[in-house]
Amino acid sequence: MTLHETALKSVHETLGARLVPFAGWNMPVQYRGILEEVQLVRTRAGLFDLGHMGRVAVRGPDAVAFLQRVQTNDVTTIKPGQIRYAMFLNEQGLTQDDILVYHEPAGDGWFLVINAGNCERDLGILRAAAASFRVTVDDQTRQLAMIAIQGPRSQAVTQRVTEIDLAGLKYYSWARGRIAGVNGALSRTGYTGEDGFEFYVPQSEAVRLWNLLLEQGRAEGLLPAGLGSRDTLRLEAGMPLYGHEIDETTNPLEAGLGWAVKFTHDFVGRAALEQIQAKGGTGRRLVGFVTPSRRVPRQGYPLVAGGREIGKVASGTSSPTLQTNLGTGYVADAFAQPGTEIAFAIKDKLEPAKVVPLPFYKRSR
Amino acid sequence: MRPKDCKYLKSHEWCRIEGGIATLGITDYAVAHLSDLVFLDLPSQGKKVTAGESYAEIESVKAVSDIYSPVSGEIVDVNRGLPDDLDQLKNDPFGKGWMIKVKVTAESPELMTAAAYEAYVATQPE
Repeated sequence: MTLHETALKSVHETLGARLVPFAGWNMPVQYRGILEEVQLVRTRAGLFDLGHMGRVAVRGPDAVAFLQRVQTNDVTTIKPGQIRYAMFLNEQGLTQDDILVYHEPAGDGWFLVINAGNCERDLGILRAAAASFRVTVDDQTRQLAMIAIQGPRSQAVTQRVTEIDLAGLKYYSWARGRIAGVNGALSRTGYTGEDGFEFYVPQSEAVRLWNLLLEQGRAEGLLPAGLGSRDTLRLEAGMPLYGHEIDETTNPLEAGLGWAVKFTHDFVGRAALEQIQAKGGTGRRLVGFVTPSRRVPRQGYPLVAGGREIGKVASGTSSPTLQTNLGTGYVADAFAQPGTEIAFAIKDKLEPAKVVPLPFYKRSR
Repeated sequence: MRPKDCKYLKSHEWCRIEGGIATLGITDYAVAHLSDLVFLDLPSQGKKVTAGESYAEIESVKAVSDIYSPVSGEIVDVNRGLPDDLDQLKNDPFGKGWMIKVKVTAESPELMTAAAYEAYVATQPE
């Protein structure tokens, strides 16, 4: 299978990135080192190529009714220029993807950001559902570049490349305007737990915007960062990753994502979730845990308490910010309380761990 | 240039055999590609290792990797301080970053000379 390349591939090679296949794309996993890039984003700012993320425009007279059907959040409460987190579910209430829903600042359409690994399936779901509505579903993934700047210095750097007033742009809001001299969009969003922005510009402008940001951010210490650090950053910030915390075997309620599900409209999967709620849940839930062990918990390792398996690790990392190894996993309800002593198993050896509240890391504002 | 007095495996381990005793380690290429090392588990003295089989585990932020033995025999010495000072692997992979010493009974048929290993690494991703 040939890998898709983003518009920034040659830039990454020049910068010495290590490129690896990710969800069908050849993506930079790191430039200098994952731990160093995590610290960069927590203390200054990092620049990420997110060209692999799926981006889909939804327009038409039935766009609201269509979105109310296919995703879990209530789009009638999303004002123009606002963004909400939401999920695509199947009829069993299991998670097909987690997404961001952007309401066009002019109020005349919608824009969805979806996961690279689910892009084809999501488009299939959207196009099949669109047949019953007066909407167009336009995959813009290949036309648009997506770049993120993340970290406390993001606003200072970004304001130098755009006339959009960033001080007036709230978290989970977006605007269209001139960015690096061309028409584009930026949102105050991210997947790191830090302040930051995500840019959408035509593919042809990607290299120019990337280089301009690096140049304008040099004094602030801005450097490129790879998807390896992004994974540790999102995990420290307690954000789920499709294929780890959430997938087709999990529902948003047990994942602690019930806040992204609004029972105000008839979305796919609603009846199943209501049945699960009526039964008092699935008997398990997603928790975070920290470990004093030097071993890093990895996806699939058994979680153990009282001599029996109580679940499996979903994600794990060595956290440079919290200076501990940590992870997430689904455990039986009885073991979900913060403070509960559990363990994770590597082969036959048990490593001690303790359930803690999510997120592990919250930035001071 | 990697040391000429060592032999190498494609899985990026090295060994230096002197007077029937092999010193084992992993190459600078392995260290660079594992990156961000967080954990190393070395076996104890007296245990036996087998050429081509894993004798230790090393963890980076992203993955757990096996370390394969280029030789068979009994472990006669272990670099006990190394797991607590993983920077030695970055700073001196062919010297202070050694892992174990083995009294050799057999060598892996896959072992390469330094020149052959250099040529092999040249074909691998940077």
